[in-house]
Amino acid sequence: MKKILLAFLFVVAPLAAFAAEEGAKLDHVNIDLNDRPSLQRGARIFVNYCLSCHSASYMRYNRMGHDLGISDELVKENLLFAADKVGDPMTAVMPADDAKAWFGVAPPDLTDEARYRDPDWIYTYLRSFYRDPKSVSGWNNLAFPHVAMPNVLYEWQGEQRAVFKNENGEEVFERFELDKPGTMSPKDYDKAMRDLVNFMVYLAEPAKLVRYRIGVYVLIFLAVFTLFAYLLKKEYWKDIH
Amino acid sequence: MQKLLAWIDDRFPLTKVWEEHLSKYYAPKNFNFWYYFGSLAMLVLVMQILTGLFLAMHYKPDTELAFGSVEYIMRDVDWGWLLRYLHSTGASFFFIVVYFHMFRGLLYGSYQKPRELIWIIGVVIFIALMATAFMGYLLPWGNMSYWGAQVIISLFDAIPWIGQSLSEWIRGDFVVSDATLNRFFALHFFVPTLILPALVFVHIVALHKVGSNNPDGVEIKKKKDAEGRPLDGIPFHPYYTVKDIVGVAVFLIIFSAVVFFGPELGGWFLEHDNFVPANILHTPPEIKPLWYFTPFYSILRATTSDMVTWVLTPYFAVLGLLALFSVRQFLTKAIVLIATVAILIGFFTLEAKLWGVVLMGMSLMLFFFLPWLDRSPVKSIRYRGWMYKLALVIFVVSFIALGYVGTKPASGLYKFIAQVGTILYFAFFLFMPWYTTYDKTKPVPERVTWK
Repeated sequence: MKKILLAFLFVVAPLAAFAAEEGAKLDHVNIDLNDRPSLQRGARIFVNYCLSCHSASYMRYNRMGHDLGISDELVKENLLFAADKVGDPMTAVMPADDAKAWFGVAPPDLTDEARYRDPDWIYTYLRSFYRDPKSVSGWNNLAFPHVAMPNVLYEWQGEQRAVFKNENGEEVFERFELDKPGTMSPKDYDKAMRDLVNFMVYLAEPAKLVRYRIGVYVLIFLAVFTLFAYLLKKEYWKDIH
Repeated sequence: MQKLLAWIDDRFPLTKVWEEHLSKYYAPKNFNFWYYFGSLAMLVLVMQILTGLFLAMHYKPDTELAFGSVEYIMRDVDWGWLLRYLHSTGASFFFIVVYFHMFRGLLYGSYQKPRELIWIIGVVIFIALMATAFMGYLLPWGNMSYWGAQVIISLFDAIPWIGQSLSEWIRGDFVVSDATLNRFFALHFFVPTLILPALVFVHIVALHKVGSNNPDGVEIKKKKDAEGRPLDGIPFHPYYTVKDIVGVAVFLIIFSAVVFFGPELGGWFLEHDNFVPANILHTPPEIKPLWYFTPFYSILRATTSDMVTWVLTPYFAVLGLLALFSVRQFLTKAIVLIATVAILIGFFTLEAKLWGVVLMGMSLMLFFFLPWLDRSPVKSIRYRGWMYKLALVIFVVSFIALGYVGTKPASGLYKFIAQVGTILYFAFFLFMPWYTTYDKTKPVPERVTWK
């Protein structure tokens, strides 16, 4: 038996080497769902900017308020621009048909965006817009080339330009250069985007706020249960030889 | 209490059933690690039925509403997220447990005489389980659900003459659509709640008729005490009920760790591409089934026309010749000859896509023939020679390799691994009559051991 397992390991181990995958260069974002102020700041950005065109229609305002410690009154006063009641889903301000006519594609629903794409990807994407005179909107994005979405947050970030270098006849991205500074410093902008992505991770799975905590209790219970189950088994089996 | 029991026993064989299947069902005392997975499979089945029942109370089988209703379960239904994660994680764990359970059969020859029927019913359960999982995967109506179903159902198109109408009949439409979703929901409820429990019942009745095998492959019924109880047997209850509870507890620890701390398991249990609604105009970059189907999916994709011409043709020609010289009766010789010639003609005349589907089907069907392909006089791997041990290692490695490359694009090195894996996978079954005949076995002890 042991020999088989050993032989098995030797043959499978080299296969695991294939598991290493190539990937686009993404900037890491520090996700922390326990950081409630960050989630609240992210919610504010999301509702004020993203919801203009995108929807998050599987999420309700009051559920978000409840989870993030924002009272119904505060939600009504500060966040409810696109809906009438706090129990309404978070739909976009702009009608989807208009958006499609203007941008060529309907802006996707963002409820599950952070589960569909990597949070690192969203974080990189939000910071990778650059001016491109060849594109229709005047903007392009390094993480998502030729994306229809313009840089909505350019007032904060400012306008950056992508510098490419020629490597063996291929255009390779080298760096961004800030042409016009925005109202935020690059550091503050990164921080705001981190809050936004943090919120989107919550938005994609509100249960994430509770499941780790419950999971710990479940595992503690099961560990104790296993111990007693094992002792019971040992007691019953003591005269089987 | 005694009077009540007597009253019931006069009308229903309660005590008899209890004794026959639990308190006086004698199981070998030397069960090891591999013997936990039968009871665990039952546990997962019950869990899937119960969580599925409550999910069905909130789910809507409608292409407009399905995706949203799953999100509704995840957000607005109390504990809905837990139900959904238990069910989605349970699906993957069902296959883990069943694969371990089947591997136990291969290790200790549990399919050999007199347990052929138990094995055959088990393979039917496995196939019913695959059908259930396949249909269930469509229900969230994510983009991978949609395209996965589209690709797999269109495989039936490859069947000559009836293929097109067959796949239309399955879908109820020309493409995967509302009609498909609705019927898959109905079947995903019907098969696991009615068919699977019935099959499991028959599986266990057949097992209890002949008795359990064990890691030594010794028939414990051969040595009995004065009262007719097997010397190496112990009553299932309480001994194995308390032992299986330990197995259940350890299983639940691993299971809960996934449910609470990583239900997506990095995209292996819940795929990222399934978090966007089905979109008929937008194909995911790489259409692939979930991990438990990928070994078979790899076999399908490995079967290119080059593979058929240059590899499968000589492979089956050699196999046919070998069989021709090995069988003795004239009639069987004739059958082998005709079958081999028919397959070889088929390789040259029919398209490779069809052979891919046939090979994929065969990779499952071969399990049915295992009791007759294995000619070894011993059951357990403990007393088999190096040939079977090597064959089993090759089989397991090829199965895992096929599973892994099935999640990757079918090109370059991945394709090559899939093709080698396919050849080795089939070699385990198709050459079994020979290597189990010539394999040198060790003497089997009279009684079970505690190894």
